[in-house]
Amino acid sequence: MTTERETTNRLMLRARDVMDRDHAAELDIAALASVACCSEAHFIRTFKTTFGETPHRYLQRRRIERAMFLLRTTDQNVTDICMAVGFSSLGTFGRTFTEIVGEPPGEYRKRGALPDVPNCFVRSWVRPRS
Amino acid sequence: MFNNISRSQLFVLDQDEALDFYTNTLGLEVAADVDLGFMRWLTVRVPGDEIREILLERPGPPVMDDATAAQVRDLVTKGAIGGALFLTTDDAQSTFETLKDRGVDITDEPTPRPYGIDFGIRDPFGNSIRIGKVPD
Repeated sequence: MTTERETTNRLMLRARDVMDRDHAAELDIAALASVACCSEAHFIRTFKTTFGETPHRYLQRRRIERAMFLLRTTDQNVTDICMAVGFSSLGTFGRTFTEIVGEPPGEYRKRGALPDVPNCFVRSWVRPRS
Repeated sequence: MFNNISRSQLFVLDQDEALDFYTNTLGLEVAADVDLGFMRWLTVRVPGDEIREILLERPGPPVMDDATAAQVRDLVTKGAIGGALFLTTDDAQSTFETLKDRGVDITDEPTPRPYGIDFGIRDPFGNSIRIGKVPD
């Protein structure tokens, strides 16, 4: 028998998966709450209870993790990477990146290429802590 | 010293639901489904693979107490239990389309990687499954 908590966990995970998969798209809370079958306020509150951070912060970290990956695996310029991961403002991207990672994108890129291991692990472990 | 991996294990919340998903939806076959009295030994495998089986185990007593089982179930449904499966296919795009049509939760669409094309799904409980085509 699945408990209500487990069902809720699974719904929150489904919404989190949407953020992981469609991180570059314009995601709004209404759409994510719909995936999780609840109201917007309930979604934000329950997501934080389940995963320890707000959906907004999770999406920020996901986008920054993708930017970190692209900085170290491609030669795309920072502006292109900013747009590719879902930010529309280079200034916001730079501030968010620096706040989360602790150094600006250009400095982070100097760390060099990432090793060739399965991407699903890279994305999980490269992601900055909340 | 070793020559293969014969069995791996995943925690599932409901073995009947797991059986339906891993066979009818994912296309694996039952390797064993035996009531041992103390547990239901349920394993699946890639069709024709006589070596590797995946045990679909329900967490609970007497292996762990109810409180611990609840923690495990909590982690599974949060996608945090680990133990991901990595399956290979001859055609990642076609397999992706098939599973998408069957209503599977997609976590990643097929993407070219240095090690092949792969995509991600979840089972009904939250376990992560990666599916890919390795380069020829």
